[in-house]
Amino acid sequence: MSDELFVVEDLTVTTSTGRGPVDVVKNVSFTVGRDETLGIVGESGSGKSMTALAVLGLLPRGARTSGSVRLDGTELLGRSDRELRPIRGNAISMVFQDPLSSLNPYYTVGLQIEEMYRTHRGGSRKAARQVVIEALEQVRIPDAGRRIDQYPHQFSGGMRQRVMIAMALCCSPSLLIADEPTTALDVTVQAQILELLAELQSTTGTGMIFITHDLAVISSIAQRVLVMRSGDPVEYGTAEQVFSDPQHDYTRMLLDAVPRIDDEVAS
Amino acid sequence: MTTTPTLLEVEEVGTPVAAGGSPASARRILRIVTRDKGALACVLFLAIVVLMAVAAPLITKLSGWGPYAFDSAAIDSSLGGVPRGALGGISGEHWFGVEPQNGRDLFARIVYGARVSITISLSATVLTGVLGVVLGMLAGFYRGWVDQVISRVMDFLMAFPALIFMIAILSSLPAGNRPVLLVVVISAFGWPYLARVIRGQTMTLAGREFVEAARASGAKDLQVVFREILPNLRGSIVVMTTLAIPGYIGTEAGLSFLGVGVSPPTASWGQMISSSVSWYSVDPMFFAIPGAFLFLTVLSLTVLGDKIRTAIDQGEAAS
Amino acid sequence: MTRYVLARLGGVVVILLAVCLFTYLIFFKLSPDPAVMICGKTCTPERIDSIRSVLGLNQPILTQFGEFLRGIVAGRDYGAVHCPAPCLGYSFQTNESVWSMLTSRLPVSITVAVGAAVLWLLAGVIGGLVSAVKQGTWWDRTAMALALGGVSVPNYVLALVLQYVLVVKLQVLPFPSAPAFGDDPVLWFESYLMPWVVLAVGYACLYARLTRSNVIDTLSENYYRTARAKGLGGALIMRRHALRPALTPIATIFGMDFAGLLGGALITETVFGLNGIGKLAADSIAKNDQPVIMAVTLLAAFFVVIGNVVVDLVYTALDPRVRVVSA
Repeated sequence: MSDELFVVEDLTVTTSTGRGPVDVVKNVSFTVGRDETLGIVGESGSGKSMTALAVLGLLPRGARTSGSVRLDGTELLGRSDRELRPIRGNAISMVFQDPLSSLNPYYTVGLQIEEMYRTHRGGSRKAARQVVIEALEQVRIPDAGRRIDQYPHQFSGGMRQRVMIAMALCCSPSLLIADEPTTALDVTVQAQILELLAELQSTTGTGMIFITHDLAVISSIAQRVLVMRSGDPVEYGTAEQVFSDPQHDYTRMLLDAVPRIDDEVAS
Repeated sequence: MTTTPTLLEVEEVGTPVAAGGSPASARRILRIVTRDKGALACVLFLAIVVLMAVAAPLITKLSGWGPYAFDSAAIDSSLGGVPRGALGGISGEHWFGVEPQNGRDLFARIVYGARVSITISLSATVLTGVLGVVLGMLAGFYRGWVDQVISRVMDFLMAFPALIFMIAILSSLPAGNRPVLLVVVISAFGWPYLARVIRGQTMTLAGREFVEAARASGAKDLQVVFREILPNLRGSIVVMTTLAIPGYIGTEAGLSFLGVGVSPPTASWGQMISSSVSWYSVDPMFFAIPGAFLFLTVLSLTVLGDKIRTAIDQGEAAS
Repeated sequence: MTRYVLARLGGVVVILLAVCLFTYLIFFKLSPDPAVMICGKTCTPERIDSIRSVLGLNQPILTQFGEFLRGIVAGRDYGAVHCPAPCLGYSFQTNESVWSMLTSRLPVSITVAVGAAVLWLLAGVIGGLVSAVKQGTWWDRTAMALALGGVSVPNYVLALVLQYVLVVKLQVLPFPSAPAFGDDPVLWFESYLMPWVVLAVGYACLYARLTRSNVIDTLSENYYRTARAKGLGGALIMRRHALRPALTPIATIFGMDFAGLLGGALITETVFGLNGIGKLAADSIAKNDQPVIMAVTLLAAFFVVIGNVVVDLVYTALDPRVRVVSA
């Protein structure tokens, strides 16, 4: 058994469309170590979100997968929904792009975190409530004891994403998948959320897969980088290698498109 | 109306589409409908009904019996006027059998009844369509007091027990021009359901860039409404109206069934069903034939409307 | 919140007044002279005059309308006869108090409406749910095809078919007669079964289609995906993250449909000869019994308008987004 936390080998995802089957992810391989962040970069439609969903068995109906996905040496691919449930949210959890639509508008945020905690850990509602309050405090939501009973629409975008992060971390997963967690947010809020994620990751020791279309974000948070383009893995290496010595034209093009801070100051 | 739910009352119809697209392209709908066997069968049946309605005098000349001719030879007066022969007297002479008691030819009455049903429901559809679209667009475009007035009238009409009122009004009016009255009464209570949807979509569209662009380039209100907004509502209007026709056919038949629709001896399917009530235990065919025509016509229109809606929705999703 | 409710109730009163006035004016204009109708065949001009003055028919129409409204609130006197507070007048045909006619008929209409509602909710929601879960299977396609068919059957056609098959041919059910529940529960159930089914079929088919499309939409919502990503499963995810969001809009539609039925299922009651409000409406129209027509119209409008308010209030309680905005 390797000491890598999470290993993906030759992952291929095929979806059926009106024009026949299409490979939306082709032979993707990567590893994530404990305490490590892998950045997956690509434009929309490059298959990066599909990769994340495939890991948890959340692909849309009719999608097929092949290859291997292992967490601590345990194979996840090809398992039934029922078998994956104890893993989802517990060993691997996920933060999605749009925090408003990703939270159920009919229930308080407290209940939505609590139901997940109690599904995996059991215990009384009262005990769970205390855990939820702590989780909300951990992501620095002020006045957590009161806001736990509020509904998603009563939170601002950034606060909602904090709720999602609190939810994702409350069962202390060993891997966190963040799928464009800052894209839907204001620039200033983006920075706060990134900082929070980085900090929480270092204190909890969770491995993280950070999916984004924004190379600038990756450079500040990831140790390893996978670049994807229309389902193909284009470039894979340490952040240093990829940023300082890109091997592929597509990566170079992406890098050139990133606005540098010094550029902005100069203009 | 209070007792007959229709599809369009509850199901939301397509959202307005982006500018420039041609979502309701007649050709695409036609292609989808002709590929679908079920839809094709519906179209075929409706074509037959329309043909019957249009060519009624010609058809009854071929079949030999007019809608008002009594045939006392076809009924058995010793049994209280039950048609002679099996299945309500179906024979080479009377294709669908005859009415009990007076022996009128059912085929001829079905054919002439189609005329009444189709004319009334199509007229009601046109009138509701015009009222609903114009008033809905006015309310959605001008907002303010115009919207207030139109919306309150719609609330009022939708709160009104339409069926009771339609019956009451029709029963107290002289029988002379019944078809016209039916159309007016049905439309008066029908337009708010279309107008409500059109109003909402107009509001959305009025805020879009292409409308503002048209205004900025000096277009007058009316030009904006009819050249920019109306074409974009085409999909909803097509869907709402196709789904409304079966409702109006049902309403007309229902009113005639209750005895306040077209007056005898003019034939209407609902009125035929109504007069079959006292005979259904001895002569079930008298009920079954108009019942089947009414059901199949409503079903065909509903299925077709549903297919068109699906076609348009798919088109919107794809564009 | 209280202010909101009060404002809504104000709106209710305005709409009801409008319905009332509209009906009153239309029938005043259209109908033959009620005095002549009451008087009957053996009539003298003097009697007609005295009836006119008792009913207040010699006064201007708006005064009469005012009297009518005052009667509802405070009661009124017709000559020597006092008509107590909700006074809707007396039937021209039977001289019965219209109010007592309504109250004696209402239980039948409520029985019809409640039974049908239970049936169509069960059949429609469960059918739609199964279709949504089994989306694309033969079950789904068959159920949805049947639903289109069910929507297309006019209810009087269905009523006659059922009556022919079940009562005349197979003789498994008696002809409906609206007995009291306490006298003979079995007969009671058998009598109402056909009216319930006839009324329920159309709605059930509609609700099945609606439930199906709502559930399918909900299953593709992001929060449903979140719930799956959280490791939820089984009944919990279904109840909280699929059914609650999918069925809440149906609750409001149901409220409106049900309120509409309380005002009398005119066709169904008439076909089955059930003495509910709907049949009362049909009968009074046939005999041009104006006070009764007025009363059933008002009652039906009352249920629809009140139903509207109740639905809005319930929706506010069911959907937290609405609740917090209005507070």
